[in-house]
Amino acid sequence: MLAFIQMHHVAFNTILMKEIRRFMRIWQQTLLPPAITMTLYFIIFGSLIGSRIGEMSGISYMSFIMPGLIMMSVINNAYSNVSSSFFSNKFQRSVEELLVAPLPNSVILGGFVFGGVARGLMTGIIVTGVALFFTDVTVYNFWVLSSVVFLSSILFSLAGFINALYANKFDDISIVPTFLLTPLSYLGGVFFSTDLLPGQWQLVSQLNPILYMVNGFRYGMLGVSDVNLVTCYTILISIIFILFYIAMRLLNRGKGIRP
Amino acid sequence: MSLLENYSGPALSISGLGKVYDNGFVALKDINLQVDQGDFFALLGPNGAGKSTTLGIVSGLVNKTQGNVSLFGLDIDGDVYAAKRLLGVVPQEFNFNQFEKVQDIVITQAGYYGIKVKEARVRSEKYLKALGLWDKRDVPSRMLSGGMKRRLMIARALVHGPQILILDEPTAGVDIELRQSMWRYLKQLNEEEGVTIILTTHYLEEAESLCKNIAIINHGVIVKNTSTRELLQELHKQTLVVDLIQPYAKRPKLESLQLNWLDDSCFEVDVNKGTAINELFNVFNQANISVNSIRPKANRLETLFVDLVRK
Repeated sequence: MLAFIQMHHVAFNTILMKEIRRFMRIWQQTLLPPAITMTLYFIIFGSLIGSRIGEMSGISYMSFIMPGLIMMSVINNAYSNVSSSFFSNKFQRSVEELLVAPLPNSVILGGFVFGGVARGLMTGIIVTGVALFFTDVTVYNFWVLSSVVFLSSILFSLAGFINALYANKFDDISIVPTFLLTPLSYLGGVFFSTDLLPGQWQLVSQLNPILYMVNGFRYGMLGVSDVNLVTCYTILISIIFILFYIAMRLLNRGKGIRP
Repeated sequence: MSLLENYSGPALSISGLGKVYDNGFVALKDINLQVDQGDFFALLGPNGAGKSTTLGIVSGLVNKTQGNVSLFGLDIDGDVYAAKRLLGVVPQEFNFNQFEKVQDIVITQAGYYGIKVKEARVRSEKYLKALGLWDKRDVPSRMLSGGMKRRLMIARALVHGPQILILDEPTAGVDIELRQSMWRYLKQLNEEEGVTIILTTHYLEEAESLCKNIAIINHGVIVKNTSTRELLQELHKQTLVVDLIQPYAKRPKLESLQLNWLDDSCFEVDVNKGTAINELFNVFNQANISVNSIRPKANRLETLFVDLVRK
């Protein structure tokens, strides 16, 4: 039994390290763009427009948007790492290397998801570094901060994996980020407090899972949040379980990888 | 490999295997097949006959609709991890990451089998050297020639020490010199290391010269499953190519044999198996045909194969 676990542990590390090597090798495509994009966000929204806005929820606008921008980078990169990497594996048929090996599907899923988490976290660290040039970065509650960013990375890595399983062409992996992730991120309280929304739109915004992630992360950094932390964790963990179940079911059926 | 110490059954056992694809195409109908341990086995068939589907199911790349498959007595559904550890697969198409370096591809594959990096490095060196790729170990795989890519896939399939190796058209697009060196390596692997080898190929001389046993599949059904020797004995006729000492402006005709002239100094002739060469020479002498050399036409198995799949 121990040998069995050790074997799968080695296999998991192999997938994870391969994923990390992949996004490090193409850092110009994976790590540099979020740094540039977020620099522009900080300059335009934080410095130029933010100075005219003043305060939001009792703190400077630059400080207010910082957690949301970091979280937006983490989410997008965790998602796109897994969706593009796994789809490339399908496209080049190198996924067959995994399918012929004695690997449980959970190890395959875990390897790719934690590869996405690694890129999400690395991007988060880079964007936080960029933020230091514009404002003070504070940590109000380290455990909330780290757990929310970690769980959010897992959630979106799982979503990216499911997207890759369904995708038949490269266009299929850009549809979700363009038409779903970006609107949800912008409407998820990155740039504004939901208190500013009219009554019924406040209710609608509560259906947006990114709202909980952004606000949970903001609480960890600044100690302010539009949502209850317990609700935030409940929603995050529930969605992770649902997505994990769906991904495993699809993998076991061989959806998109085994005719 | 303690699992195999007391096992003396077939290396591969397939019973009642069927496959219907989602679009309704019936690829396999009730396939039954056994491959003995240490065998060098060919699965032949025309395009779309079901060869790759059969091997895909055995390898875990294709879901089966019905039937059972076991490797060294281990069911591929029930004992999936133990069974897969015994299996090495060289697919038809290049299926590695084109941006990764040659040795990294082999080491990564070893990792999927639970082999730690240190040990994987040693093994990758062994197989890359054996297949003449060691000098290319730090080259991105996309820079390799077609033949090198095929050899890389063989090295990758061997890195975990499989007991059974499946090769789906391993020498497709490989030049004759390289093909023969690959044959030698595979023969050595089979004879000296006892690895059971199953291959599909379109080069029938490859099957004839390498394989001890052959199955022919057509329209998802096994139409022949026997030893190479017995299969060839089924041929009642063979075609000989006769080169003449001098060209004949007026081509002679024979009553007893149908000559198929290729040019003025060469013809083909079909003769019954077992016909004595002396007897033939006598016939040609009587017709004043001066023979320089006689050789069998390319491949005997090809003739039989075409007959079988046409039925």
